[in-house]
Amino acid sequence: MLDFALFVQYGPALLRGFGVTILCWGAGCLIGMALGFVLMLLRQVPVKPLRWIIRAYIEVIRGTPFLIQLFLLYSGGPSFGLRLEATTAGILGLGLYGSAYFAEIFRAGYQAVPKGQVEAALSLGMSYGAILRRVIVPAMLVSTIPAIVNMMAILTKETVVLSIITVPELMYEMQTMAAETFATFETILGMALFYWLLVEVVSRLGRRLEARVTRFLTHASPQGSSTETATARA
Amino acid sequence: MTAVSQTATPPRPASAGDAVPMVSIRGVGKSFGTNEVLRDIDLTVDRSEVVCLIGPSGSGKSTLLRCINFLEVYDRGEIRIEGKLVGYTDDAQRRRLSNRDLRDLRRNVGMVFQQFNLWPHMTALENVAEALVQVRGMDKAAASAHAGRMLDRVGLAAKADSYPARLSGGQQQRVAIARVIAMEPHLMLFDEPTSALDPELVGEVLQVMRDLAADGMTMVVVTHEMGFAANVADKVAFLDRGRIAAFGTPREVFHEATEPRVQQFLQTYHERNSF
Repeated sequence: MLDFALFVQYGPALLRGFGVTILCWGAGCLIGMALGFVLMLLRQVPVKPLRWIIRAYIEVIRGTPFLIQLFLLYSGGPSFGLRLEATTAGILGLGLYGSAYFAEIFRAGYQAVPKGQVEAALSLGMSYGAILRRVIVPAMLVSTIPAIVNMMAILTKETVVLSIITVPELMYEMQTMAAETFATFETILGMALFYWLLVEVVSRLGRRLEARVTRFLTHASPQGSSTETATARA
Repeated sequence: MTAVSQTATPPRPASAGDAVPMVSIRGVGKSFGTNEVLRDIDLTVDRSEVVCLIGPSGSGKSTLLRCINFLEVYDRGEIRIEGKLVGYTDDAQRRRLSNRDLRDLRRNVGMVFQQFNLWPHMTALENVAEALVQVRGMDKAAASAHAGRMLDRVGLAAKADSYPARLSGGQQQRVAIARVIAMEPHLMLFDEPTSALDPELVGEVLQVMRDLAADGMTMVVVTHEMGFAANVADKVAFLDRGRIAAFGTPREVFHEATEPRVQQFLQTYHERNSF
């Protein structure tokens, strides 16, 4: 029979693990997106060696398993004078791993921005920084939010790999529980539930974000939800 | 160096004292690889003048227009706006201008595009107010108020809060024109402003352009609307294969031009529009 009392006994540890998972995932996503965005921008600079380096970085990250990258960073790091705590290494590893994918997502989004929208801004005398903030990024969000949310969902599940370098996240705590109680089935069931919960929250947030950034396509105006309201206001 | 004293003043009716033309194009050429799209173009646009560029597609009209605000880079010759060389340093080195200098030049030159190019995530009002805040440094409230007046001027005050997706093509183009005139440009460039519109929407845009011309705005217009060119333009330039094949008043170009290419073009135009 299933022994649910285990979840009461190990509850605090599991919740702590879940918290660490969310922290690693959230921070990893933020680093991944920030770095991915910078990589995408640098790729637009017309300096060939720079482009080659960035492309090589992306190809290496995408071409090798996350587990190996994490080992290289955590266990191989000290050989290069890089000594990281397990959790720090885990967050950084996730961020570097995600950055390659985010850079590609952003590149596609950047290229999809209609050229005319940028030319209109240029012809009005707007600076590149202003155009990036006010025209390019909002247009990019529309086309890339589904892919961004997808990548974030994938990263929730990549966090399990962090248990291997002893980051005390959910997988790690679950394995501890399994090892101490031999309750394999409960453990697997618990894990499935927790990760499903996390992915579900991410995709729900993603859908709301998508509705928010594509509001201009579905709404007549920022305030009104239909054409009628807009005409009534006017 | 030519002294330019009028840069800060809004456009005004032409007078004999205007020594510096609004736009002066001398010997301009441009190639894409071995394809010469502009050859030895000379064109002068005086203050408050409306000049229409007409001609068959691929003749270089749009390219020439886009060279005037340096959205397109020209290779040879020089283009001056109010005496200032466009795109290059005005010395022997002729280096490309920095982005900052280009911005200074472009803020006095408005452009209206065939595809409107409104920013879809902003309302009509926000589209007009954006550059006022970002380029002119106005605060948001003042920019919105000014933008509202500009939308009123193109007859769209009621659509201020609408997103472009909910506006007709004609309305979008009028918002695009409001976005430009809000910046109080000295010169406006129109790149086939009615070519993407349904026929019944062309009139409202042309009316706004007529009003602007009547107010003394200097305009260079690439168009296929021969009626507009004939009635509103002070000068018409007919381009063919990268050259100006005919230039003069509408009467001179439409009725007195002897170049076979011009006659052939007008013939085709008349045949297409008669039924």
